[in-house]
Amino acid sequence: MEHRDLIVAVATPPGQGGIGVVRISGKEAHTVGAKLAGRDLPHRMACYVTLMHEGQALDEGLAIAFGSPRSFTGEDVVELHCHGSPVVLQSVLDAACQLGARLARPGEFSERAFLNDKMDLAQAEAVADLISSASVLSARAALRSMQGVFSERVTSLGHDLEQTRILLEASIDFPEEEEDFLAAYDISSRVDQLTKSLNDLLAQSRQGQRFRDGCSVALIGAPNAGKSSLLNALTGEDAAIVTDIPGTTRDLLKVDMVIDGLPVKLVDTAGLRLTDDVVERKGVERAVAQTEQADVILLVLDLASTEALDVQQQNALRLVGIELIDDRIVTIVNKCDLQGGVEVIADELAGRTDALKNAVALSALTGEGMTTLKRCVSDSAGVGTEEVIFTARARHIEALNLVQGHLAEASQALVEGTTGEIIAEELRAAHLNLGEILGQVTADELLGKIFSQFCIGK
Amino acid sequence: MDYPEKFDVIVIGGGHAGTEAASASARAGAKTLLLTQNVETIGQMSCNPAIGGIGKSHLVAEIDALDGIMAKATDQAGIHFKVLNASKGPAVRATRAQADRALYRNAVRFMLESQPGLQIFQQSVVDLIVERGAVTGVLTQMGLKFTAKTVVLTTGTFLGGKIHIGQEQHAGGRAGDAPSNALADRLRAMPFRVGRLKTGTPPRIDGKSVDFSCLDEQPGDEPRPVMSQLGTPDQHPRQMKCHITHTNEKTHQVIQDNLERSAMYSGAIEGVGPRYCPSIEDKIVRFADKSSHQVFIEPEGLSTHELYPNGISTSLPFDAQIKFVRTMEGFANAHITRPGYAIEYDYFDPRDLQYSLETKVIEGLFFAGQINGTTGYEEAGAQGLLAGLNAARKVAGEAPWEPRRDEAYLGVMVDDLINLGTTEPYRMFTSRAEFRLRLRQDNADQRLTQVGRDMGIVGDARFAHFEAKLSGLEVLKKTLTQVKLAAGEQLGAEIKLSKDSNALELLRRPQMTANAMQSLLIELKDIEVDLDQLAQVEIEIKYEGYIKRQDQEIAKIRRHEGMLIPDSLTYEHIDGLSNELRQKLTEHRPTSLARAARIPGMTPAALSLVMVHAKKSGGTKADQAFASQR
Repeated sequence: MEHRDLIVAVATPPGQGGIGVVRISGKEAHTVGAKLAGRDLPHRMACYVTLMHEGQALDEGLAIAFGSPRSFTGEDVVELHCHGSPVVLQSVLDAACQLGARLARPGEFSERAFLNDKMDLAQAEAVADLISSASVLSARAALRSMQGVFSERVTSLGHDLEQTRILLEASIDFPEEEEDFLAAYDISSRVDQLTKSLNDLLAQSRQGQRFRDGCSVALIGAPNAGKSSLLNALTGEDAAIVTDIPGTTRDLLKVDMVIDGLPVKLVDTAGLRLTDDVVERKGVERAVAQTEQADVILLVLDLASTEALDVQQQNALRLVGIELIDDRIVTIVNKCDLQGGVEVIADELAGRTDALKNAVALSALTGEGMTTLKRCVSDSAGVGTEEVIFTARARHIEALNLVQGHLAEASQALVEGTTGEIIAEELRAAHLNLGEILGQVTADELLGKIFSQFCIGK
Repeated sequence: MDYPEKFDVIVIGGGHAGTEAASASARAGAKTLLLTQNVETIGQMSCNPAIGGIGKSHLVAEIDALDGIMAKATDQAGIHFKVLNASKGPAVRATRAQADRALYRNAVRFMLESQPGLQIFQQSVVDLIVERGAVTGVLTQMGLKFTAKTVVLTTGTFLGGKIHIGQEQHAGGRAGDAPSNALADRLRAMPFRVGRLKTGTPPRIDGKSVDFSCLDEQPGDEPRPVMSQLGTPDQHPRQMKCHITHTNEKTHQVIQDNLERSAMYSGAIEGVGPRYCPSIEDKIVRFADKSSHQVFIEPEGLSTHELYPNGISTSLPFDAQIKFVRTMEGFANAHITRPGYAIEYDYFDPRDLQYSLETKVIEGLFFAGQINGTTGYEEAGAQGLLAGLNAARKVAGEAPWEPRRDEAYLGVMVDDLINLGTTEPYRMFTSRAEFRLRLRQDNADQRLTQVGRDMGIVGDARFAHFEAKLSGLEVLKKTLTQVKLAAGEQLGAEIKLSKDSNALELLRRPQMTANAMQSLLIELKDIEVDLDQLAQVEIEIKYEGYIKRQDQEIAKIRRHEGMLIPDSLTYEHIDGLSNELRQKLTEHRPTSLARAARIPGMTPAALSLVMVHAKKSGGTKADQAFASQR
């Protein structure tokens, strides 16, 4: 059985729950598990333990070790059954990472199980789908949690790092050019500058780290289609279990809640219509932006409107710039109570051949049809959420931490007067880690940029 | 007529790829024939008269570690040696030698003629004989038919070669030599992807007409480096100096004024030239703000006055060449002995090759050198060695040798070529090698000589030298560990030990050099050690931490190399891949996950998807012959 590097993630669905399971898989899994549990863990036996790290008790719970190949992934695995609080789970994850694990990518446990022949070919499709949808969800979640400014700064960091490497590599591969790349462009102050912007970035991102982002659901539709009543209907019923995770920003438009165990951020948007009013237009622009980032889009249509349903649907989607085939869309036909009730309308809709065939009939006023809606939301959002939203942002921060480490080594080497190829090696390693977020940059691309910026060659 | 003898391997072409190929094939025990248009030009340096340079001398060291020709010939012909990047770390340090063209040719030819199992024959090849998808021999101009089990094609710039000087063009493989057009036409009819590349040369100058008194001199280095592990400075012929001059505003004005008459700018050239070796026209157009460019004046040899002004390759018409050359300092009365020219030639997309350099399309046919889109004697020589060796191994029924990226620059080059192809003449740079800290000139033998010996291409003399080096290092390391140093000991001005240590550990410190250690050992313990060996130990111990750190990265790559992507995998239907990556994957069609990982912009998530889909559509792990060889 092949052992890959050590990975860790929360294996239970995100959000508040009774129990949260942290799974660790890879070569050193049992060692790390034993360190956290403070004792050796016999295989396939639940042990009641206090999880400790650096003298601090993290939680009490059960620890179970599985020996390769008799485990979920086929590798050595430890499962830590903790209390379900996101804060506790995060601290266990952090501890495991400090002991040498890295946060798993979306679907990575399943991927390993598959690669280690713990799943048959019939399950392969599901694994591929999981990774695919998880990647998309994860990208969206990261985008959201980092916000535009954050991701812009990561990109600009990548650019600066690349430029520094270009100069350093040019000085190594083209020493006979008249250009003295190192002196002319002061690598040392460039590395300092990189370190500084990275430190700022990390400090900022740590401030918001406690904030746990759920699945984002956007409510869109024409004005008066009943979006706000729907919001009230959804939250009113679930008011008792609205999450109280600290740091969550709340304003009139956003509500955190749990639907079928799934933490959800419900975002109400301004009614969609073309308008000359500056303020209202701003509102519509924000609605468009929200829709782009959302994991699920609830498109509310008004059965009482004079416009036909399919026309309403097309108009709204055109305004937010979303294709009808986007699989995030859940179409809702509201105000069914006015036209003979939910059952009647649901039957009518089921008979249609267009995109309204799968629409959910309901009445926000009477609450009829709400159960169906919730099932649709959790079906639509639930796929692949395991291990995903929970760690999307954390994995990026982990990568940035590694970049920081290599930059520090590079600075140190510069101070000691170490030769350029060592600095270059540290910056290459830093770039490799940043590539986890931005995609890899190849040597050929670097060379291409050297040739376009400098007149190289005899 | 049918030639009466049959061969194992036929090598076509007597350039740097061809000569290494023929020699390696014969050393590997195959009955080998070298076919060349002209025996007099075997080992000819068609471009600048220099061997080595950064990245390139690393390749030469690898050829040498495998007992090839290039480094040995350079030590017999070098008239000016230099260590480049001397002030930088050992991994990126390189050696370059100016070589006397005639001496170099003679050295190469003599080594080939002395090689048992190798025959040389002068005749132009017009056709390949292919039967049922496999090559079985070649046909020459006079109708001679040679039979062989494998053929290595190393025709350089001769396939469809076209020479441009200003607006004039003529067919040619090199100035003064005919192109191989019949063969080019035959190959174009085969299912290879063909492209056009371009390269250029400067006008050559009569040294008697140059005023050196106003030019900067560039002497070679003393103590003088050598190219081969077996070489010594006493082998070197008389040494010469190089000089430097510069272009100036007047030069640039002349070139500007004649730009539309340059072959490159009149649209007559379709081939793509190298960006790192631009013509003087290119430099002036693309970097208009620079008012001067350096020109290195390199002697062509001991028995000629001819000079090679490196840095002004051009396809301007001859009258403009005379005019601009004479604007440069020291060149006011310069006499041009041969005009500069640009040459366009056919190359075959290297993505149609296997790791062994055997073509995917025709069994038993191997390609090496410029025909694969590379440039440079060193790149050609290294490929030639690999192709010749693998052609011989194929005949002997042995698995091909496929060096990896973390083992050799040769591995980096072949891997880059066959995976990514190339759009400009491919040249080696150290930055192409992600594991360059371990791919050094000084340890090329430690990386490759044993491997070469096992494959039968490393001779007794070299192997004995190698074994002596290894055991010397072993003994030295032991000695160093036994020199105990007590805590509190003050060593020189900078180092005071805080705890008990030994000399080997001390060498790890950035402040401690091999030189300082040598004197320290004499002073403290009266032990005398070899400085070269000490320097080698120093490099190893100073890089140790970084090299260990790379092990994990390499382990991951090896694992990915074992995960093959079946040819049947299509990327259009894989959800979750960005359009850009989908397009790149479709274009590159990587055959293993390791190769997919090297596609620009690749992310871990996308790689996961490819991996799962590959396994799903029947790719397997490491259990196929291909993977197990690697």
